[in-house]
Amino acid sequence: MIFLDQIFVNSKKAILNLASAFLPTDAILIVSALISIGAIAAFGPFTMMYLTWFERKLVGRIQNRIGPNRVGIFGLLQPIADGIKMLTKEDIVPAGADKVVHFLAPVVVVIPALLVFSVVPFGRNMVAIDLNIGLLFFLAVSAMTTIAIFMGSWASRNKFSLLGGMRTVAQLVSYEVPMVLAAVPAILASGSLSTVDIVEAQGGWNGLKWFVFTPWGFVGFLMFYLCGVAECNRTPFDIPEAESEIVAGFHTEYSGMKFALWYMAEFMSVFTISALTATLYLGGYQGPWLPSWAWFMIKTYALVFVMMWFRGTLPRLRVDQMMGLAWKFLLPLTLINILVTGLWYFTSGLGLRLGLSIGILLVSSWVLVLFNRPYMPEKRVYEFAE
Amino acid sequence: MFGVLRGMGITFKNFVASYFLPRKPNSLETGGMVTLQYPEERLPEKERFRNFPFLIYDTKPDDLRCVACDICAKECPPKCIYIVRDNDEQGRPLKKPKVFDIDFTVCMNCGICEEACPFDAIFMDHEFEVGGPERQQSLVYHMDQLLKPATHFAKIRPTDHVAIEEKRRKEAEKKRAAAQAQPKPPEAKPPQA
Amino acid sequence: MIDEPVLHDTDTLEVNLGPQHPSTHGVFRMNVKLEGETIVSLKPIMGYLHRNHEQIAENMSYLGSMPYTDRLDYFNSMSNNFGYALAVEKLANIEVPERAQYIRVIMAELTRLVNHVSVIGFLLNDLGAFFTPILYAFREREKILDIFEEIAGSRMMCNYLRFGGLKLDLPPSVLDRIKKIVQGFPKFLDEFEGLLTKNEILCMRCQNVGILPYDLAVSASITGPMARASGVNYDIRKIDGYSIYNRLKFRVPLGKVGDVYDRYMIRILEMRQSVWILEQVLKEIPEGPIINPKMAAFAKAPRNFKPPKGEAYGRVEAPKGELGFYLVSDGTPQPWRYHVRAPSFINLTVLEDLCIGHKVADAIIILGSIDIVLGEVDH
Repeated sequence: MIFLDQIFVNSKKAILNLASAFLPTDAILIVSALISIGAIAAFGPFTMMYLTWFERKLVGRIQNRIGPNRVGIFGLLQPIADGIKMLTKEDIVPAGADKVVHFLAPVVVVIPALLVFSVVPFGRNMVAIDLNIGLLFFLAVSAMTTIAIFMGSWASRNKFSLLGGMRTVAQLVSYEVPMVLAAVPAILASGSLSTVDIVEAQGGWNGLKWFVFTPWGFVGFLMFYLCGVAECNRTPFDIPEAESEIVAGFHTEYSGMKFALWYMAEFMSVFTISALTATLYLGGYQGPWLPSWAWFMIKTYALVFVMMWFRGTLPRLRVDQMMGLAWKFLLPLTLINILVTGLWYFTSGLGLRLGLSIGILLVSSWVLVLFNRPYMPEKRVYEFAE
Repeated sequence: MFGVLRGMGITFKNFVASYFLPRKPNSLETGGMVTLQYPEERLPEKERFRNFPFLIYDTKPDDLRCVACDICAKECPPKCIYIVRDNDEQGRPLKKPKVFDIDFTVCMNCGICEEACPFDAIFMDHEFEVGGPERQQSLVYHMDQLLKPATHFAKIRPTDHVAIEEKRRKEAEKKRAAAQAQPKPPEAKPPQA
Repeated sequence: MIDEPVLHDTDTLEVNLGPQHPSTHGVFRMNVKLEGETIVSLKPIMGYLHRNHEQIAENMSYLGSMPYTDRLDYFNSMSNNFGYALAVEKLANIEVPERAQYIRVIMAELTRLVNHVSVIGFLLNDLGAFFTPILYAFREREKILDIFEEIAGSRMMCNYLRFGGLKLDLPPSVLDRIKKIVQGFPKFLDEFEGLLTKNEILCMRCQNVGILPYDLAVSASITGPMARASGVNYDIRKIDGYSIYNRLKFRVPLGKVGDVYDRYMIRILEMRQSVWILEQVLKEIPEGPIINPKMAAFAKAPRNFKPPKGEAYGRVEAPKGELGFYLVSDGTPQPWRYHVRAPSFINLTVLEDLCIGHKVADAIIILGSIDIVLGEVDH
């Protein structure tokens, strides 16, 4: 069990041992870093490639289609075929575009998407770097995406791109706030910003003491996940690239490999956001019986599945409704959730704790729904003329 | 909230069902996977399906039924048919076309030529996988491409074939009866000549 | 619910939505001026698909225009045929046999199902649902189109009706299959509604967006589901009672608000009524000839068909609204004047009134809820 659990860690150690035989100590550090970087740099794009396949397959099945099935068995080589197509496509830069920024934007967007992998704990002892401000690092770096998207949209010199860019900035900035606040309960409960410490704090009950099983954890999980969906521009919050409205939003004018880079950034952030949600509220790699990395992957991919399920089901919100949701509903509720987390830790007795927190959360969400009543759907009755 | 959840339940049901229920293209039941893996699998051809006309001949391409009467070319709504009547050596018109062109890019597969033809000479085909390397010449179909045997017609449209053969037989009988009833014109050649 | 647009002291952004745009339903252009995301002016620009339909028809035999009417609203060729056949029958005073009347109504109502189900799918696509509703809709639509192919020879360009009847009789056993489809349709509608009707996102996006008031609907001569969503009780099947509709039982659903959601719901309710109509018709369909023998004589020579001098206006309740054909005959084989009252085109004229003050995203769904087909708009 432990062998399987630590198989990746031990293989890295074995390589380092082998290297230490003929390399100085300082060089070992570099080799160690290179192995981690190499693993992430291979894993990130690979995940992205197969997430595209996974999404196409899944949405296809939802829509009673088969999905890609021509290239390779089950269409498994489809991402490679797509990659070849993307690489060999003509790279078009609009005549009026700012060529430097137009080129830089997709590069800039991929870097943060790859960087955040470094603090994701893939399994026990399987984190590239255990930063003590890991969560902060994650949120700060992933917020850089906003700049890249705006660069791309502005440099394209296209009105649809510009509209998409403006929507992106509005959306990402608004959802950044409730997202950080939704992560606070987990930080409060574990007393650390390090992602590894947060996961370790959920280790009780045979690895099942996940935060999501508490009332505040459940609400925090939902809020964080929703904000995360908005952060990676997925349906129902995909207004920055709303296909039916503004063609393709910020990447309207991108083609070939640059377009693939936008997609890579999007799918990698789908993965990392799901990974972080799993880390914060679903106990990360904690869980009984299975190896830790297996638990992590199961949880992460379950969340990715839900994101794609959303995509297959839901229409998108309008831009003002999105902002309304962020500022008028998610933000107050996350603040109340922080309060509830505090109360949970300053009261004792399971009944009192549960009653108090569930009561406060239910009442406050009901009040928020009432406040938002004018924006809620109404019931309609239809008449029939003979 | 509950509406969204219900919708997601329905899509999830379809997702799971797509793995467990058999794929049934061409079924009339509601729901289920109806995908057809097109080039390998095909739907059964409907007899009345019509796409692009062809000229019919009975046994060999020379004795085609078309008499170059030009009715189809006149009735064709987009005017995609072009006919030139053939002449014999003395320059007298023959009852067959010399040129019979149909422009595929103009034809809209309405089937009015088939309806209007008094000689049952032009019919709509079932062929739908048509392409050409360029847009002008390869899509103008000439007579040699348009000629198809009656057996082809019998294969693609058996019911119509039976009806039309029956009709033609009756007409021929009537003609023969009329010819027998009338005294033969003196300059007509004897049939056994 | 929608606040008045606040005009700041900034430039407006002029965007051309279309003619190549994912959701203008064809080659249609909207010249939109935006204040941020809010629309301050919208100019619809049509004519990219203009094919000179009326002029062509005036130089052609009466029957020759029949396949061209298929191409007006290419989703509903059967209804278009129906409208044109009614106009010519009125012009030449032709009786239609009973069985043909029934089959015509079956075809018209099946077409209505096809149209409504796909327009709702497209509307959801415009709303951003990633192709799921449209593919569910197409799954069912395909079955009806297969029936059309079997009956008329083509899935969409049916060219099936003839003056005084039909081109061909129904092939054997096709009625049983239509019955089966009609039986299964409510089940599909339930699934479809479960996916959509109560979905909060759909409700939020559609309710109180693009409200068409009763007065405007009447004065702009809006017809079809769009008018009925605004509460205008105007259904030509009820008013004219053409063909056998005066003998059939059905009800006309009416909306109160006239927004996108009402237009969506009216279409759903109309489909249920269509299923009811189909059930009645399929039960009562008689045997008999399918074409008036007087007109059958013209089958081999459409050019000899010369209606007497006069004029006629035939109209049907097409799925998109009142589809009318106005014909003037001067006794020759060609109509002297041929005019189409295209419902999509006339319904589209209020687009600007509906869109001003809404967001770009709303303009798209308002356009989607109007239900246009560019072939008909630009005829």
